[in-house]
Amino acid sequence: MGRFIYRRLMHGLIVILGVTVIVFVVTRMVGDPVQVMLPLESTLEQRAAFEKKLGLDRPIYIQFGEFLGNIARLDFGESLWQKRPAMDIVFEKLPMTMLLTAVGIGFACVAAIPLGIIAALRPGGAVDRVTVFGSLLGLSVPQFWLGLLFIVLFAVQFKILPTSGAATPAHIIMPALTMGLPTLARLVMLVRSSMIDELNQQYVKTSFAKGLPFVRVVGLHALRNAGLPIMTLVGWEVIRSLAGYSVVVETVFAWPGIGLTAIQAIERDDLILIQAIVFTAAVSVVAINIAMDFIYKLIDPRLKLT
Amino acid sequence: MNRTSADTLEKALEKNRYERVEKLLELGRELKRDKAGLIGVILITALVLMAVFATVIAPHDPTDQDLTARLAPPVWYEKGTWNHMLGTDHLGRDVLSRTIHGARVSLWVGAAVVLLAGGFGVVMGLMAGYLGGKTDAFVMRWIDTQVAFPGLLLALIILAVIGPSLTTVVVVLALNGWMVYGRMTRSAVLSIRQSPYVEAAEVVGCRWPRIIFRHILPNLTSPLLTLAILEFARIVLAEAALSFLGLGIQPPATSWGLDVSMGKNYMFMAWWLVTIPGCAIAVTVLAINLVASWLRLISDPQEREKQFARHMAGTMRKKMQAVIEKESRTP
Repeated sequence: MGRFIYRRLMHGLIVILGVTVIVFVVTRMVGDPVQVMLPLESTLEQRAAFEKKLGLDRPIYIQFGEFLGNIARLDFGESLWQKRPAMDIVFEKLPMTMLLTAVGIGFACVAAIPLGIIAALRPGGAVDRVTVFGSLLGLSVPQFWLGLLFIVLFAVQFKILPTSGAATPAHIIMPALTMGLPTLARLVMLVRSSMIDELNQQYVKTSFAKGLPFVRVVGLHALRNAGLPIMTLVGWEVIRSLAGYSVVVETVFAWPGIGLTAIQAIERDDLILIQAIVFTAAVSVVAINIAMDFIYKLIDPRLKLT
Repeated sequence: MNRTSADTLEKALEKNRYERVEKLLELGRELKRDKAGLIGVILITALVLMAVFATVIAPHDPTDQDLTARLAPPVWYEKGTWNHMLGTDHLGRDVLSRTIHGARVSLWVGAAVVLLAGGFGVVMGLMAGYLGGKTDAFVMRWIDTQVAFPGLLLALIILAVIGPSLTTVVVVLALNGWMVYGRMTRSAVLSIRQSPYVEAAEVVGCRWPRIIFRHILPNLTSPLLTLAILEFARIVLAEAALSFLGLGIQPPATSWGLDVSMGKNYMFMAWWLVTIPGCAIAVTVLAINLVASWLRLISDPQEREKQFARHMAGTMRKKMQAVIEKESRTP
């Protein structure tokens, strides 16, 4: 167990270091930060002063060392756009993305498990075929377009939901639905296929033969055994969302989360804020990955952690 | 002696050729049985043709601006004209032509990324699976590490710094997506490494590049094909999303994602600007997904048998019904 934790943490560190190096290289070597961040008409002296302020006039390896040191202290410097520490902005926006992810994926789970089970009870039946086609459709619709359609429908036509922002609890409904629908589609397919496999197992037949109630056999025994791949997918979806896929939904609904902030930072060439956001995303991905491994162990004690 | 062996060889080849044709026909018959798969194949063929002959089919040049006919509605509205069948955008560009040309970008990006990422991933997976040892450890480590990257964010930054263009979009998406192929190929190679034909090739003295490419790779065709098609669908969506965010295809080029993002500003007065390119994306991806799920079905012998049984049961039911009706009519 200790060995496992050690290995996972080391791997996590490698991932975070790798992301850091890539961001460093991309922002310093491929593009010239000064040229990107200062306006075109700035004088040479201004450029030199700015370079000095960021420490860009020193050798690259010293810069990299200092960059790593700053990261260890979670100090990325001041955002050029908002003129305050970049990490403060990140900590302010991250909970909003987490909230959106939790509501969206929570909705997907709540809807997908019963739907998938019902479809799995009669594979090839009418309900099953409708469910499968519905999920294929859900997988095929681009998320940004779905969001825009929701806005036209619920905000403009029926005027029952607000278009964008995050002022009231009602504001989260449309972004969460948009975020959850593709997840719902993927989850339904998976719940369905793993439940079909599980319902064909001998132990299910035995349980029925013993006279256990239907709900108990399907909902407790079979579902729990089908749970591992489902958990994996849910974990993946959370990771995807925190790793930047929430950008699209957040842009459409102007949801003030980390994805929208990332896009705004990119538009404003605020390299410091971008670095802070990518670093935070990498850390969250690693953290969730490690957490997922422990959850597996809880669900399936047979698993050996290596 | 030589003569006869050559004859039998020729005959065998002839037979082989015949069997191949037969197999293709069988595939066609099976496709007919699966309506969803058939629709998918037809849609994709139509899309590819549309993309190839875009310049011939499209009624206007996709970048031609007709400022007197800005935001014209589709033809079924009172103000719509046949000249602009699906209406025009805020610069008076023909929506139908833009949608037709958009297919080019989507399919091109999809194909290029699948080829690049698939090629690299498959080679890495083959090497990792066959050579094992340090190569395997290195490749798997690399894949594990890159899978844990916040891929889309990195892609957005790289695109923003280097400058978005068709080429950078392809490269960035390929760099982001090769790991799936690597993992899948490796696990497939591990399971067939020990099979007799690989051992035979080893005994004969084939070098490893020949073994992995000539002997192992052809046997991975069917799972890899399904994966590539699914990835294609994913890439089409990803390109659309990147273009929507303004970090993908740049104007004056056309792309469905780009068109949706431009139409977004006129969404409330000209719904067709958002709806039509969006539908195009959805239909394309749906068609690809339908084909992928059909391929997955037919590459699984068990599922294939089930489908055949269902089909037979269906035709038998019909026949029985006909007999019953016939009997009920004749007293």
